[in-house]
Amino acid sequence: MPDSTFLDSTELVLNMGPQHPSTHGVLRVILKLDGEKVLGTECVIGYLHRGVEKIAENRTYAQFNPYVDRMDYVAAVSNGLGYCLAIEKLLNVEAPPRAQAVRVILTELNRIASHLLWLGTHALDIGAITPVFYCLREREEALKIFEKYCGARLTTHAFRIGGLLYETYDGFEQEVRTFCDMFLPKVDEYEELLTNNRIWVGRLKNVGILNADECKEYGVTGPVLRASGVKWDLRKAQPYSGYEKYDFEIPTRRNGDTYDRYMVRMEEMRQAVRIMRQAVDGLPEGAIMGKVGKVIKPAMGEAYVSIEAPKGELGYYVVSDNSTQPYRVRVRPPSFVNLQALDRMVRGGLVADVVAVIGTLDIVLGEIDR
Amino acid sequence: MRNLLKKIFLVDLFQGLWVTFRYQHPRNIYTEQYPAERPKVAERYRGAPRLNINPDNGETLCIACNLCALACPEALIVVGSERNEATRRKELTTFTYDTSRCMFCGLCEDACPVDALELTQDFELATYTREGQIWDRQTLEEGPRPTPYKC
Ligand code: SF4
Ligand code: SF4
Repeated sequence: MPDSTFLDSTELVLNMGPQHPSTHGVLRVILKLDGEKVLGTECVIGYLHRGVEKIAENRTYAQFNPYVDRMDYVAAVSNGLGYCLAIEKLLNVEAPPRAQAVRVILTELNRIASHLLWLGTHALDIGAITPVFYCLREREEALKIFEKYCGARLTTHAFRIGGLLYETYDGFEQEVRTFCDMFLPKVDEYEELLTNNRIWVGRLKNVGILNADECKEYGVTGPVLRASGVKWDLRKAQPYSGYEKYDFEIPTRRNGDTYDRYMVRMEEMRQAVRIMRQAVDGLPEGAIMGKVGKVIKPAMGEAYVSIEAPKGELGYYVVSDNSTQPYRVRVRPPSFVNLQALDRMVRGGLVADVVAVIGTLDIVLGEIDR
Repeated sequence: MRNLLKKIFLVDLFQGLWVTFRYQHPRNIYTEQYPAERPKVAERYRGAPRLNINPDNGETLCIACNLCALACPEALIVVGSERNEATRRKELTTFTYDTSRCMFCGLCEDACPVDALELTQDFELATYTREGQIWDRQTLEEGPRPTPYKC
């Protein structure tokens, strides 16, 4: 960005947010503009800071579990899985096979729910109003399964350390299968609405390009990384919760623009259905809770577990000091890291592209600010 | 050539419009007439708390063990108890539950050894006053009373 003085009258500093509807929460982006052109951006975060990591230090291991749902509230189940896996690693226990399979089904369902919300709001930001209604309609079906399974729709608190608390309800398998059958044609329908639509293509193609090297430099993960051609998915790279048993593909694209990220996420939803089908067909019988005592008191040590959340690599780093409360919990939220790339992606673009790029990064401010 | 024709005849736009058109049938339109038509929530739904009473003798099931209060991450349950000199058992006197701070995680419900505390399917927790959010033992046992309007 060329250094310029205040006398340079063509430059304009504009605040986008924190109340702007397309910033998906309370993100403030300071834009430096020259007419319509973006010269630089700066993100101001922290409006939703609740001190979750500090709260963890004052709660027992089991008590902190519901709080992680409130970070990425769109994908609460994935958050719960990451946290439970981290504590299980500390305790050196493993969830029984049935619990693992149910976990996989629910996290994949959550991935679909999260991507559906992303698709709906992203399209809405860009000006396509129809998809949001259809997306929320299908998301409702997914949320209904959550509600029936664990009693809450959004902040689910579905998993417990060591396994599951709730056994699946009657007809769970059937409902998941019905959802899978119902859902695949719907993805085609969204594609019919958007993929070839000239306005959609015009707004997304070659917008916010991030190539593979830049992605690695910024530490960007998830669909954003895969859209630039890097075949990296933690479910394959370091399988957890029995993902090695399932057969699925990692969708990748080459250009790394907003349109490719859209295509990657659409394909990911199809793959999620594929995983869910396999998991539900091979759902083993047996216990759902591992050998975990009533009072969770891990030995002194630390553990880091990262999982592939819908938005990217979600990591939990937990340090135990041999008491009932964690000494430190650090969360590596995917949105926080991905947001860094915003400046690189929109520099030189137009103001309207900023909206598209924020949408395509799929950020959730609850997770960024924690 | 084909692409050009597609472009001229706006095939992509009509394709999208056809999808929306397919959903125009009244069968595909949902409107829930909420207060008249109540949604059916799932059996396991975690909603308004209830302190169960024994249907046979009307006594509370709660044994005042305080486990729910200890399990709660928000520490919003306060159990008051008193030792009954005749039977030498702890008996419940007061029980307050602050629904305004509750996140309905269900940990208290899991902790209760006698299934006295339960999160029910009732999801209408709105009140007119802030104090109305704090439920005492009577409210928990009988369900919330309508709050009178304060002018
Ligand atoms: S549901 Fe959770 S937050 Fe609410 S009282 Fe029970 S344990 Fe506490
Ligand atoms: S855990 Fe159950 S029995 Fe014990 S005090 Fe709470 S409600 Fe009463």
